[in-house]
Amino acid sequence: MCATCGCGGDHVHDHDHGPTPGHGGESPAHHHPHEEVMGIDGTRIVRMEQDILARNDAHAAENRRHFAERAILALNLVSSPGSGKTTLLENTLRWLHGRCPVAVIEGDQQTALDAERIRVTGTPAVQINTGRVCHLDAHGVGHALADLPALDRGILFIENVGNLVCPALFDLGEATTVLILSVTEGEDKPRKYPAMFHRANLILINKIDLLPYLRFDLDACLTHIRQTNPGADIIQIAASTGQGMDRWHDWLERRRHDLLQARLARLEGDAAALREDLDRSGRARV
Amino acid sequence: MHELSLCQGILDAIVAESRRQAFRRVRGVQLEIGALAGVDGEALRYAWETVAAGTLAATAVLEIVAVPGVAWCPACRATINIGEYYDPCSRCHGHGLKISGGEQLRIRQLEVE
Repeated sequence: MCATCGCGGDHVHDHDHGPTPGHGGESPAHHHPHEEVMGIDGTRIVRMEQDILARNDAHAAENRRHFAERAILALNLVSSPGSGKTTLLENTLRWLHGRCPVAVIEGDQQTALDAERIRVTGTPAVQINTGRVCHLDAHGVGHALADLPALDRGILFIENVGNLVCPALFDLGEATTVLILSVTEGEDKPRKYPAMFHRANLILINKIDLLPYLRFDLDACLTHIRQTNPGADIIQIAASTGQGMDRWHDWLERRRHDLLQARLARLEGDAAALREDLDRSGRARV
Repeated sequence: MHELSLCQGILDAIVAESRRQAFRRVRGVQLEIGALAGVDGEALRYAWETVAAGTLAATAVLEIVAVPGVAWCPACRATINIGEYYDPCSRCHGHGLKISGGEQLRIRQLEVE
């Protein structure tokens, strides 16, 4: 499958499509009038007025459409390295087993270790190695989707590269961004990485069982989070002991429930419109 | 170092534009960078040298127009400038501001020949 970008890569093309964003294709976002002004020294000014991330955003929009059509809850998991993201995922996947289709896209600069850890839980996982790049992008996620089984009405976890700076800029098409902050990191993280904390919809404060052994000011941390992102949900957990995990599970179930309900409402709207059209054409025939 | 990815995005957009607008060399690139976008100007310039080397934009100078962060304070019913997402309102010192600008990363224009 390569409906998104029209790029070569490792994917076989057996279909025709018009120019699409990526690899020299012309993005729909790029159509705009260009003014040109000649300079006295033979140079001219070409006005562009284009978002630098336009191409990534076009891929993200394509991913978002894919998720919406199939009612897939896609979560972008971001954190520093060592926050306990993969342990959280392993335990979450064990809980989700048998409840709905689930898959994982793992992003790391090197190795397939995390994807292997995930597969042990019985969940399909694709590893993306970003090499020197410090974040996942929407194009890579779009391709990874082709290597996963059908996920209709299920959940896709996208575990981003451990980094609180770069992933903040790159929309992957996710419905929601979950930031994991562990109490071993310091309560000032929201101040140090405001763009990432501002973007997150849910902040999981992990390793909360270690609080008695650390100088971590939880109240200060909560204040920093609320000042940076007043709308974010916050849940305190210890993924390795299970503390607080029921609240995280409830949050996930609620998000999936809302998404399925919204999808059903859209489908029922479409069905009602179809019925109306059929009624009208039936009356016309009589 | 997401600045490398951003510079690659800038270069790809310039190459695509060069086909449409028939230019062969780029002398200058004017960018608009919002204060809240999380992009460091110096890191961007550094990355640009690496990414642009050997291309039609190898000698192009990056001009970065910095745009302040802007937010709406519901309590003061006023638009104020902010430096960071966590900054309070400069008038009432309250939080809960609604960000309304300063997150953009845009290519404004090129000087070409």
